[in-house]
Amino acid sequence: MNSVLNTFVDIFREPSVIIGLIALLGLVLQRKSLSDTLKGTIKAFVGFLVLAAGAGVVSDALTPFGDMFQHAFGVQGVVPNNEAIVGKVLTDYGSQAALIFFFGMVVNVLLARFTRFKFIYMSGHVALYLSAMIAVILIANGFSTWQAILWGALAQGLVTTVSPALVQPWMRKVTKQDNVALGHTGNFGIATSGLVGKLVGDTKKSTEDLKIPKNLGFLRDTTVVIAVSMGIIYLLVTLVAGPGYVEDKLSGGQWYLLWAVMQAGKFSAGVFIILAGVRVVLAEIIPAFKGISEKLVPNAKPALDVPIVFTFAPNAVLIGFLASFVGGLIGMGILVAVGGTIIIPGIVAHFMTGAASGVIGNATGGRRGAVLGAMTNGLMITFLPLLVLPFLGDVGLANSTFSDADFGVSGFLLGSAVRWGHAAVIVLILASLVALFVGSALATRREAARAAAEPAEPTGEAEATQQPVG
Amino acid sequence: MKFLAMCSTGLGSSFMVRMNIEDIVRELQLPDVTVEHCDISSAGPESADVFFVAKDLEEATAGLGDVVVLNSIIDKDELREAVKAAAVRHGAL
Repeated sequence: MNSVLNTFVDIFREPSVIIGLIALLGLVLQRKSLSDTLKGTIKAFVGFLVLAAGAGVVSDALTPFGDMFQHAFGVQGVVPNNEAIVGKVLTDYGSQAALIFFFGMVVNVLLARFTRFKFIYMSGHVALYLSAMIAVILIANGFSTWQAILWGALAQGLVTTVSPALVQPWMRKVTKQDNVALGHTGNFGIATSGLVGKLVGDTKKSTEDLKIPKNLGFLRDTTVVIAVSMGIIYLLVTLVAGPGYVEDKLSGGQWYLLWAVMQAGKFSAGVFIILAGVRVVLAEIIPAFKGISEKLVPNAKPALDVPIVFTFAPNAVLIGFLASFVGGLIGMGILVAVGGTIIIPGIVAHFMTGAASGVIGNATGGRRGAVLGAMTNGLMITFLPLLVLPFLGDVGLANSTFSDADFGVSGFLLGSAVRWGHAAVIVLILASLVALFVGSALATRREAARAAAEPAEPTGEAEATQQPVG
Repeated sequence: MKFLAMCSTGLGSSFMVRMNIEDIVRELQLPDVTVEHCDISSAGPESADVFFVAKDLEEATAGLGDVVVLNSIIDKDELREAVKAAAVRHGAL
């Protein structure tokens, strides 16, 4: 009997197997053919192993970077990059994260079904990263596996349901419809950008009236952008650390500047592998989630990845990225002056969330809204990761961390609650659930009262002409 | 025939476009069409017969061949017309 139990525990400890089983369930629920089901299950299983292999490559490049940064500046240097950190986390906490991800989808569907928040979080990649962070925070702070999965899944479902709702008022302004939402872990920063734009901006002066040369193509090639930006960072730190230290301690005698370029290349290679793994894993899981949520949730609003807003305001994309990046540099300058851990601007995060902040900021406050809103996002994604690092256990020392604003806000709330005790986490999650249901009921009631008072008034929401993607 | 949806990371928006193309392919009952998604740097001219990208990525698709540029990736009507036209171009409809 004991050996059977041990076998189950062994299976459970292999995240690749859990991922394969989740894919299998999804494929069976979609009534795929036997051959498609087998193929998909095996692909998801192997996809996770690809991801784990990429994590090793990234880690080989990041460990010496951390040592070198420490030697050069005497403090910890952290590059926020979701793929880089999530690879490491999924190697250590993969099973729990995979189950939080899976049950988090179930909670998301249930909340969308039974409240007014009809958002179905279709951006599986960032949802997976979120579940990884939740798993670390809960388990590194003493939650048992099953407790972590239960409360983690509820937290995951709450964040993925509420986060699109925060941006939706501004999304309506951008897309002129109410049946598509934004699903990204940068949403808290993007929503803040919309608020900043509304407060300080002027919608009459749109970014789209400006004449800007659109040489953005290179910025969209993730592999190139990461290699180049990390190359610059590695070279700068290597120059400060000096050839003596680098060639003696890290490069095994290789010329220090070549070594720096090689490490940057390895970092980008690792991210490339992780992305490929994530893509394969999600390709087998998300279609089932989409199909099931469409059946169970009438009028579901799919929450989709940030590039869906990029075509609405191409100038704001560039302006938002630059403003967010400048915010990141200003934030880094402040951290250098204050002393302590330095957050180096992660270019991918500033591009994805900064560009979306620019588009949203432009919709609520024109040029000024795009610039100041995106800059606020840049500052947020510099300081928020610092608030979460202490709750990540060993992972907090990994020289990379989760980059977007939702990680910062939800990680800080969850982490702070954990420090108060496990009961505080449970209270926080249950209170949030109650607040969600009460808020939803009150809004429905208010709407009914308003409808009764002015029966002829159209709501405007029914006028959407485009069909949603999801 | 193979359709390929692309975006900068090949994770989110290209995947959504892919799933919508799959719905449309089923709706139009196009025979022997496979649909995949990937990041824009992984794609070469041999990767597919028809490539789908959002307008903001147009300049990164030079040299790929039959590229369909979408004005809005959340507009399913636009996508349906584009898929239909592509199927006609390649003799599948």
